Amino acid sequence: MQFMLLFSRQGKLRLQKWYAPLSDTQKKKISREVIQMVLARKPKMCSFLEWRDLKIVYKRYASLYFCCAVEDQENELITLEVIHRYVELLDKYFGSVCELDIIFNFEKAYYILDEFILGGEAQETSKKNVLKAIEQADMLQEEAETPRSVLEEIGLT
Amino acid sequence: MPAVSKGDGMRGLAVFISDIRNCKSKEAEIKRINKELANIRSKFKGDKALDGYSKKKYVCKLLFIFLLGHDIDFGHMEAVNLLSSNKYTEKQIGYLFISVLVNSNSELIRLINNAIKNDLSSRNPTFMCLALHCIANVGSREMAEAFAGEIPRILVAGDTMDSVKQSAALCLLRLYKTSPDLVLMGEWTSRVVHLLNDQHMGVVTAAISLITCLSQKNPDEFKTCVSLAVSRLSRIVSSASTDLQDYTYYFVPAPWLSCKLLRLLQCYPPPEDGAVKGRLVECLETILNKAQEPPKSKKVQHSNAKNAILFEAISLIIHYDSEPNLLVRACNQLGQFLQHRETNLRYLALESMCTLASSEFSHEAVKTHIETVINALKTERDVSVRQRAADLLYAMCDRSNAKQIVAEMLSYLETADYSIREEMVLKVAILAEKYAVDYSWYVDTILNLIRIAGDYVSEEVWYRVIQIVINRDDVQGYAAKTVFEALQAPACHENMVKVGGYILGEFGNLIAGDPRSSPLVQFNLLHSKFHLCSVPTRALLLSAYIKFINLFPETKSTIQEVLRSDSQIRNSDVELQQRAVEYLKLSSIASTDVLATVLEEMPPFPERESSILAKLKKKKGPGAVSVNELEEGKREGGELNGGGERGGDSSAIAASNASTPSPSADLLGLRAGPPVTAAAPSAGSLLVDVFSEAGINDDGFLRDLEPTTESSDSLLAEGPGDSDSAPPSVVSEDPTPLPESDELLNKFVCKNNGVLFENQLLQIGIKSEYRQNLGRIYLFYGNKTSVQFVTFTTTVTCPGELQSQLNVQSKPVEPLIEGGAQVQQVINIECLTDFSDAPLLNIKFRYGGALQNLTLKLPVTINKFFQPTEMASHDFFQRWKQLSQPQQEAQKIFKASHAMDTEVLKAKLLGLGMALLENVDPNPENFVCAGVIQSKAQQVGSLLRLEPNAQAQSGEQMYRLTVRSSKDTVSKRLCELLAEQF
Repeated sequence: MQFMLLFSRQGKLRLQKWYAPLSDTQKKKISREVIQMVLARKPKMCSFLEWRDLKIVYKRYASLYFCCAVEDQENELITLEVIHRYVELLDKYFGSVCELDIIFNFEKAYYILDEFILGGEAQETSKKNVLKAIEQADMLQEEAETPRSVLEEIGLT
Repeated sequence: MPAVSKGDGMRGLAVFISDIRNCKSKEAEIKRINKELANIRSKFKGDKALDGYSKKKYVCKLLFIFLLGHDIDFGHMEAVNLLSSNKYTEKQIGYLFISVLVNSNSELIRLINNAIKNDLSSRNPTFMCLALHCIANVGSREMAEAFAGEIPRILVAGDTMDSVKQSAALCLLRLYKTSPDLVLMGEWTSRVVHLLNDQHMGVVTAAISLITCLSQKNPDEFKTCVSLAVSRLSRIVSSASTDLQDYTYYFVPAPWLSCKLLRLLQCYPPPEDGAVKGRLVECLETILNKAQEPPKSKKVQHSNAKNAILFEAISLIIHYDSEPNLLVRACNQLGQFLQHRETNLRYLALESMCTLASSEFSHEAVKTHIETVINALKTERDVSVRQRAADLLYAMCDRSNAKQIVAEMLSYLETADYSIREEMVLKVAILAEKYAVDYSWYVDTILNLIRIAGDYVSEEVWYRVIQIVINRDDVQGYAAKTVFEALQAPACHENMVKVGGYILGEFGNLIAGDPRSSPLVQFNLLHSKFHLCSVPTRALLLSAYIKFINLFPETKSTIQEVLRSDSQIRNSDVELQQRAVEYLKLSSIASTDVLATVLEEMPPFPERESSILAKLKKKKGPGAVSVNELEEGKREGGELNGGGERGGDSSAIAASNASTPSPSADLLGLRAGPPVTAAAPSAGSLLVDVFSEAGINDDGFLRDLEPTTESSDSLLAEGPGDSDSAPPSVVSEDPTPLPESDELLNKFVCKNNGVLFENQLLQIGIKSEYRQNLGRIYLFYGNKTSVQFVTFTTTVTCPGELQSQLNVQSKPVEPLIEGGAQVQQVINIECLTDFSDAPLLNIKFRYGGALQNLTLKLPVTINKFFQPTEMASHDFFQRWKQLSQPQQEAQKIFKASHAMDTEVLKAKLLGLGMALLENVDPNPENFVCAGVIQSKAQQVGSLLRLEPNAQAQSGEQMYRLTVRSSKDTVSKRLCELLAEQF
């Protein structure tokens, strides 16, 4: 996989993960182009698109589009299920996930993705194992919690 | 504010994100961000040391701002500091920031590497995974330098935790992709292969991506993975849906791993071990069977996962291309999908069938779906699906259905989406040419193309129709008539005017007998379009006019008047003005004889490969038109006009031609006025590729091969022993050529240009020319990867007695080929005496540290040195009788391996280099040829007779081939070579 983008129906990028070395300008250009292309598709059209020498595989979940760019020889259907498994992972972790969860906890969305897909390839496809890894990390951080100031608690710093 | 924070919420961050979301305008957002940036900056610069938590929070805010699309120019140092925190969450945010924001040339890389090193050696699996994820995400060369040695050790160490192994495998894959030269194969290699046996499915899933990539690049070192992969696959395929617990996805056992195993197997040929192969075939059958079972769930995830495996299995079956039964089953399965209600499945079935169409075993099965595919082209609502349908029609096209498919594509063109019109036009043009049995159909098709989609008809297409019309006198009259009719339309496309101008200028006389298309009518028709045309077309028309003066003296005064008018002779365009002046002068001072010589009909273009194909490939990118497709066309007998070459080669080949042709308007070779030969080279001309050999073959690159004296030695004076060349004696052991090299050699007996060899790394194109006993070969080595080949060397050797039969001299080739680049090598050959073996071409280079070594046979065969000899029937049989000693004759009776198509046979015999003698053999079904082989030592006259027997008693199509020549070894060798061609 070359990259994965999550964006809203309004075209706002919610998560971007790049597995190929690209400059920031290239990334911006590509995101713009791909988002525009996918948003222009009508429902019931097929989920695969040829784009440059890659294949775009996308699926919409509620207000969010999940979109992967894979190399030519990759399997489209299994990529579609990569997207679905990621959605399941988010859903299980956040408990019926919505766009806001991903906005406010973007770092978690990245962590979960890293456990599932690394360097563009599936690292662990078992839902249980991925979530176990994330929960273990959450445990670690709770142990490390220290009391915070009142100001911090009300979010003023 | 939503209470969606999970784990350790950073309230400050949540508040900030809410603020941003509440901003009513872009300006407000920028203002809020700038305020925050100023705040963070002051915190970072402040005297008070920040605690880890605050640092984490601010770094995270910066990250958020960056992800919104704003530039961040500080905070990197603070993020690096977080890496060495011993609190997990702080470390985690630090790594995330660096993964997203640090580019490889950052000065901080040494500090980052240091922190990573500490974490890798911490023995804390969670920290190790974080560090590995960071390397996999950044994947920079500096990281490869620092860790490419360490990660393989972590990967194969016995005490490494499973989760760490998984990360290490993919981390190593990333480093190998970015810096293959830094990841050195070693004793870990074999242990990595054995991860395919690991108990933990997650480890296998991660490791297989690494193994697949390494196998692609170093197939030999990893080939033990084949049997391991087969047994793993077999265990998964035969397991019940609950056996694999959490690795079962919607009742499908381990779909990701199954797909990857099938993909890995596609790096290799079918297993040689019968038991392994049997097991694999069983797996593939089971997968095909399961597709027929009722679904275990109605969820689309179930069917997607199941079909993902099915499509991957079909890809493997196509890759093997050796199991007719499986290929036909695959085709039937895809046929069902063609009418599935899921658009995705229809799309993939069309796509997958395209590759099936190129297999000889399934080509016919694919063809049975033609109606469904045509229907898809007409009714699919999604343009990308229609595009696939068009691709498939193109792929399944052969002689038997060409007319139907071309007609459907033409009618689709009228309403086709703009985005795919140009490609459709190219495809129609290629099919029409490839499968033209009768050339009037070809002419009609191309003129229809221009009529329907003139704007999308590129120059290559109309050049090609002209080339073909000029070369085939049986179609010239028809072409003139048709183009004349087409020009009657009040509004016709400028491309039509170009074709019309050219063809009437050459062959208008063929229809001039009919008063409705008398010379003046023709001229007036053309001239009525003149004012609507662009300058290049006008220039072409002026040339057509001067040709008219030669063809039809009665038009002279009318045309001279036109040329003399101010709008021509004083035209502001210098090219038009010059033409008008020169043509006017030429027509008034030259005698009829001179005029007739200067304006003689164009000589036939040398048969050469279609550049349209190259253009299509360039448009679609590599892989769009596979070699198979081309071979396919040839199998079906489309070689009449040259099948085509790979896109990558054509530009290089064109550039290698010493004389460049003239610009577009100069089709008539009259640009500089008389004399005809004065065509000036014009670099960058669009015509380069099409006409690079047109009519000026004598000035071609062979000129410098011509011996200046009678001794051809002077040419090859550098000879053996020169350090640049490759003297045969230097190579101590003769390399062993690839098993398929004989087959590759046979491909080039009757043709000179094409793709000699191709694998995943390298493509070798060849272009060769022969004259007398000399030959010159251009080899084009193309690097198909994105990584450079280093120490690239090639050696040409003549094994055994060939050393004294051929003099071969190769120029050294550049030792470095950049990714995607192509280098050229020139090889000169002198035939000293007749020979039977082929020179060996050995190629060595390093790709990503691994040495690649392959040896091919250079397609130099004795027939290349043929000089055709025309003779009458009487002479032929007289000579035939003269060569009646038993050893002078060689004969073979063999089964036809291709359809018996007269045109194909003729094309092949012509390609052989002998003269194909018409009306010589009393039996019109037979073919006879004559030629003289030119070698330095002697000339060997050879006669050939090929007798097809379409209905031998066995029901097989058979041939009897007889060759007689003055030298027994030549007869024998020619017979051997030719028996493989039909």
